[in-house]
Amino acid sequence: MKGSPADPNRLYASQTSGWFGQIIQRSSDGGKTWEQPGTKPGEPTKTPDGMPMGESNKFVYDTSPGSGKPLTTHQWYDGTQHPWEFKRVWHLEPSLTDPNTVYAGIEDAAIFRTTDGGKTWQELAGLRGHGTGPKWAPGAGGMCLHTILLDPKNSKRIFVAISSAGAFRSDDGGTSWKPINRGLKSEYIPDPNAEIGHCVHRIAMHRSRPNTLFMQKHWDVLRTDDAGDNWREVSGNLPTDFGFVIDVHAHEPETVYVVPIKSDSEHFPLEGKLRVYRSRSGGNEWEPLTNGLPQRDCYVNVLRDSMSVDSLDPCGVYFGTTGGQVYASADSGDKWFPIVRDLPPVFSVEVQTLA
Amino acid sequence: MIRVVLPYPLKTLAHVDGEVELTVEGPATLGSVLDALEARYPMLKGTIRDHVTQERRPFLRYFACQEDLSLEPANVTLPDPVISGAEPLVILASIAGG
Repeated sequence: MKGSPADPNRLYASQTSGWFGQIIQRSSDGGKTWEQPGTKPGEPTKTPDGMPMGESNKFVYDTSPGSGKPLTTHQWYDGTQHPWEFKRVWHLEPSLTDPNTVYAGIEDAAIFRTTDGGKTWQELAGLRGHGTGPKWAPGAGGMCLHTILLDPKNSKRIFVAISSAGAFRSDDGGTSWKPINRGLKSEYIPDPNAEIGHCVHRIAMHRSRPNTLFMQKHWDVLRTDDAGDNWREVSGNLPTDFGFVIDVHAHEPETVYVVPIKSDSEHFPLEGKLRVYRSRSGGNEWEPLTNGLPQRDCYVNVLRDSMSVDSLDPCGVYFGTTGGQVYASADSGDKWFPIVRDLPPVFSVEVQTLA
Repeated sequence: MIRVVLPYPLKTLAHVDGEVELTVEGPATLGSVLDALEARYPMLKGTIRDHVTQERRPFLRYFACQEDLSLEPANVTLPDPVISGAEPLVILASIAGG
């Protein structure tokens, strides 16, 4: 779920299930009511100008000749080629300026865009078509495009991340793309320094410094200061550098948060102690934040979209767990308290600062 | 008039209570009834049948007059009691997930 930075009343949410497939929901009143965009009951199925309705959940890969090199396959787990199949929307990223423009990251990995508030979606096929697509392969969670970052200082620049292909950047509004994975090292793939194939879990940016990005990779926390051209590891003294979530303080661009998770096969905090780690130096030096968080027998995970910050001063930080708790800190992480518990697993935490 | 019973989540999505009543032009086949359902409730497009392939979603099934029609082709004519409105076409969500 994500709110529009241009209109706090406009929210977008992705629902998916094995029964009914993909559903896109939109709210225009801050979440009081929700609707599927453009699909009111009893209305004609075409708009007056002939556009079909009921397509807010229709994500069809672009195979038109005009999109460059429309691909038909990617790499499967066993190394063979496999057709692209739409499975679900993993992430929605509304435009910074237009409430009706939203980017969607989907599985199998691709990026789509709507410019009509979610009524219809079109693929930005240059990402799949830029050349490395046939080498992309799914991770354990599927081949998902889960991170989309829009550059607030350069409206043509978009960053995305894919498990397990890596990070990619467009400098022309999403038409063409290139991998930005130099400096990533993944010991579990045939060439640890390969151009693609890295299982990036999440990337975060501070609005004031869009060339600086922080990455939580499968293993390793990294940063770049040149918009992804070069990355360096900043895991430093973290007790484990596996994890999913990463975020940046609202007012301090060198203050970064992660939640270390024991390992790729044991998705819970080390020693059963739920600890957020904060670096005030842009990485390398990390301090555990434990006040108010369970320090024994805690075996939850914190998923990649489940942390968010508000814009108050001091900065509020929020994260949700697979155990159904949402913890909040009103003082940049020094003290935490649960604001809700006993929910189903939390997949997404979104914060809006309304006043 | 054709009666259709939707699973609860699709009723919520379509903003309807109880059964849906549809008028179908031409022969009342499985496909034409689903077409009419989606035409009247466009938010159901893609939720019962895949947008592109028009294939039934695997966790949904079609029943009428205690018969499973899930594997019938789209052009199969529905049973007379469904066409007359005496019996509904039931779209059933499977109990799945453990």
